[in-house]
Amino acid sequence: MPAYGTLAAATFRQYSTYRVATAAGVFTNSVFGLIRVSILLAALDASGQEIGGYTALQAATYVWLGQALLAPIEAFGTRTIGERVRTGEIAVDLLRPAPLLAVHLAQKVGRAGFLLLGRGLPPLLVGVLVTGLALPESPWSYPLGILSVALAILVSFLADAIVNLSAFWLVEMRGFQTLYMVVMNLLSGFLIPITWFPSWLESLARITPFPSMVQTPIDALSGRITPAEALVGIGLQILWAGILALVAQAMVRAGTRSLEVQGG
Amino acid sequence: MTWAIDLQNITREFTVRRPRRVVRAVDDLTLQVADGEAVGFVGANGAGKSTTIKMLTGILMPTRGTVRVLGRRPVPERRHLAREIGVVFGQRSQLWWDLPLRDSFAILGSMHRLAPSAQAARLARLVEGLDLAPFLDQPVRQLSLGQRMRGEVAAALLHSPRLVVLDEPTIGLDMISKEGLRRFLVEDRAERGTTLLLTTHDMADVERLCERIVVVSDGRTAYDGTLAGLRDSLRTPRELVVDLAAPLGVLELPEGAQTVAVEAGGIRHRIRFHAAEHSAAALLARITAQAEVADLSMAEPAIEDLVREIFARRP
Amino acid sequence: MVRTLYGSRIRAQLSYRASFAADAGSQALLSIIEFLELWVILGHVDTFGGLTLVQVMVVFGLASAAFAIADLAFGEIDGLSTYIRSGKLETLLVRPVPLLLQISSLDLSLRRLGRFVVGIAMYITALVLAGFDPTPATMVLAILAPVIGGGIFSALFVMAGALQFWLIDGREFANAFTYGGNYVAQNPAAVFALPMRALFTFVIPASLVAYAPTLVLLDLPGPMLVPTWAGWLGLPVALLAWMLALLLWRAGVRRYTGAGG
Repeated sequence: MPAYGTLAAATFRQYSTYRVATAAGVFTNSVFGLIRVSILLAALDASGQEIGGYTALQAATYVWLGQALLAPIEAFGTRTIGERVRTGEIAVDLLRPAPLLAVHLAQKVGRAGFLLLGRGLPPLLVGVLVTGLALPESPWSYPLGILSVALAILVSFLADAIVNLSAFWLVEMRGFQTLYMVVMNLLSGFLIPITWFPSWLESLARITPFPSMVQTPIDALSGRITPAEALVGIGLQILWAGILALVAQAMVRAGTRSLEVQGG
Repeated sequence: MTWAIDLQNITREFTVRRPRRVVRAVDDLTLQVADGEAVGFVGANGAGKSTTIKMLTGILMPTRGTVRVLGRRPVPERRHLAREIGVVFGQRSQLWWDLPLRDSFAILGSMHRLAPSAQAARLARLVEGLDLAPFLDQPVRQLSLGQRMRGEVAAALLHSPRLVVLDEPTIGLDMISKEGLRRFLVEDRAERGTTLLLTTHDMADVERLCERIVVVSDGRTAYDGTLAGLRDSLRTPRELVVDLAAPLGVLELPEGAQTVAVEAGGIRHRIRFHAAEHSAAALLARITAQAEVADLSMAEPAIEDLVREIFARRP
Repeated sequence: MVRTLYGSRIRAQLSYRASFAADAGSQALLSIIEFLELWVILGHVDTFGGLTLVQVMVVFGLASAAFAIADLAFGEIDGLSTYIRSGKLETLLVRPVPLLLQISSLDLSLRRLGRFVVGIAMYITALVLAGFDPTPATMVLAILAPVIGGGIFSALFVMAGALQFWLIDGREFANAFTYGGNYVAQNPAAVFALPMRALFTFVIPASLVAYAPTLVLLDLPGPMLVPTWAGWLGLPVALLAWMLALLLWRAGVRRYTGAGG
């Protein structure tokens, strides 16, 4: 196990050297946050009342927490595993004694650790300065929210791994990845809270793992839902993490077999 | 005398961060290459070769000094100059990765505004000389390294440039591809009188293609002359390997020459000597007086060894 | 020559027909899903930034079509830093063709047509539904607006690309103005607080791409800082933006070659 710790720490250090890129990312993230806040606040202003259970302050908090999570959950998708499958280099990875997903998860943990600090905190700071942030009433919301953020990162990592692993069977990946990204951005509640959706679209979103990636951790951390409701959300996140882990593992095994059949 | 390349006291400095300091990649270098001359431009990695090439092709401006290439100032007149020079960066492809090789030539031809008939004739010559026909219709990404490099050279020569700059054109190629490439470069130069500047790590490239060799080290010219002259001036020892018909323990050698190894139970002798002191023929005569020689070979010092030697001699 | 350059890219991409269709299709879907955000909001309110759903669709469709044109021609220019790092830029510099033209044709990606088709279809449909009553002048504006908007976004892309000559790792920094500009342009400018509205009108002319022309076409009053007549400013602003973009680009190339500046 120490190997995974070393790998995670090395990834954390590697990312922390990208200073200009981080500053650029924070800037862009904040500009987008300002645009999104303007849009939601204008909508609330026009309606003159709460929408989908959100007050103006809660909607602003929602946007800033979403901007903070954007980088750690890698909402725009990753390419590494898919590229290695496409070029055949994955065969080398599969020969290693450490399981493929565990290695990538260790790197993800290191990366997410840096991205939470470097890319996650600054948008919250901008939020405090520009609109203020809604704080939870119950102290329980903080530990539950942090746990939910960790689970959100795990769930989105697994779903992204599944998309990448499909490269074993799909020749052209880019279209599929774009499609996944778009659906994920909508149904996770990243663009607008899913409680704002018409009921059919909200029901559709709720039967997917996507709300576990954005909506659940934001609601838990901002205290918009009670700790009891947050516990239910966390239970669902754990369930989805389990299901996705099984699927991803099955895909690694099937992919390994298909490589063996083709003779590498 | 008109110079194809005329570099007067050029210096190029870069500012490096962390720790912040100024690095001098090229240091007061002067180099003149006459029209039609072929020059091997060699040096260790980081000696300043690539930086110099960037300055001649208009990619980089010197910090100090003047550069004239075919009578033009490369950076301000970059696009004019591009019509008259052909460049191959061995490590970087200038071809379109996902298109058939033929299409890359079509695009480059239109970039250089070649007349269709002239382009067709020139391409036919390149296809024949570089043996491109078997893979002309394959996408570049499917080509082997040797095939791709022949394609790169053809792309650089398509517009019949007056000056050809080849940066490591044979790196990573097998012997047959290297030889094919060299043969064509010699032919094409003989036909058109092109000026050639070549960087390489391969001594045989210089030997086959260039009359003159310029060695750079630490951004300055360390040697400028013929290849033979370089060897002599450096007094790098050459090695003579003789296989005797019958085993012999010790060969008597003239002063200065020495046996460095006796192998195969006295059959193979390796002898090191300096060309300035002994000719290989005189040495051989001395040996044949003592034993019957069944076979022999000479080992020349590699270009890397020569360059290393120059480094060692610098104060 | 321009025809050969672009033609070769188009042929190469059409040769993988299935993947081209999938790519273009997902780009189309992408812009539809982007619109869902506005559609959901307009399910809760009657007017957004003073515009009804159909009027918002005119803005969104026009902005999407304009952005798609720019994205098609210059979208990959923010990958310039990759060219600089890999040395690919050097092979482009030793050719006798302007760098910008080479980069534009090198990376032309037709899949972005998917976004253009959705945008232009939405623009035309919504214009009709919103009761567009053309005079000759507004008809010309309606036809030219996507192209002019494409010109404005293209200039933003070129500036974003040029900035990378100074900020190699700053690719994302430029996204704030290109993609951020697109995001702003798709919305009625009236929803933004005054400082943001000023930034995205006078510095980054995003609100002049779609919102201001829509005000003219549908004869609507404008909010503070974006009067209705600003809808006619697209063309001069596009030209000015291109002039600045080309100056910045040239300065960037000069910096790269170390030729002062």
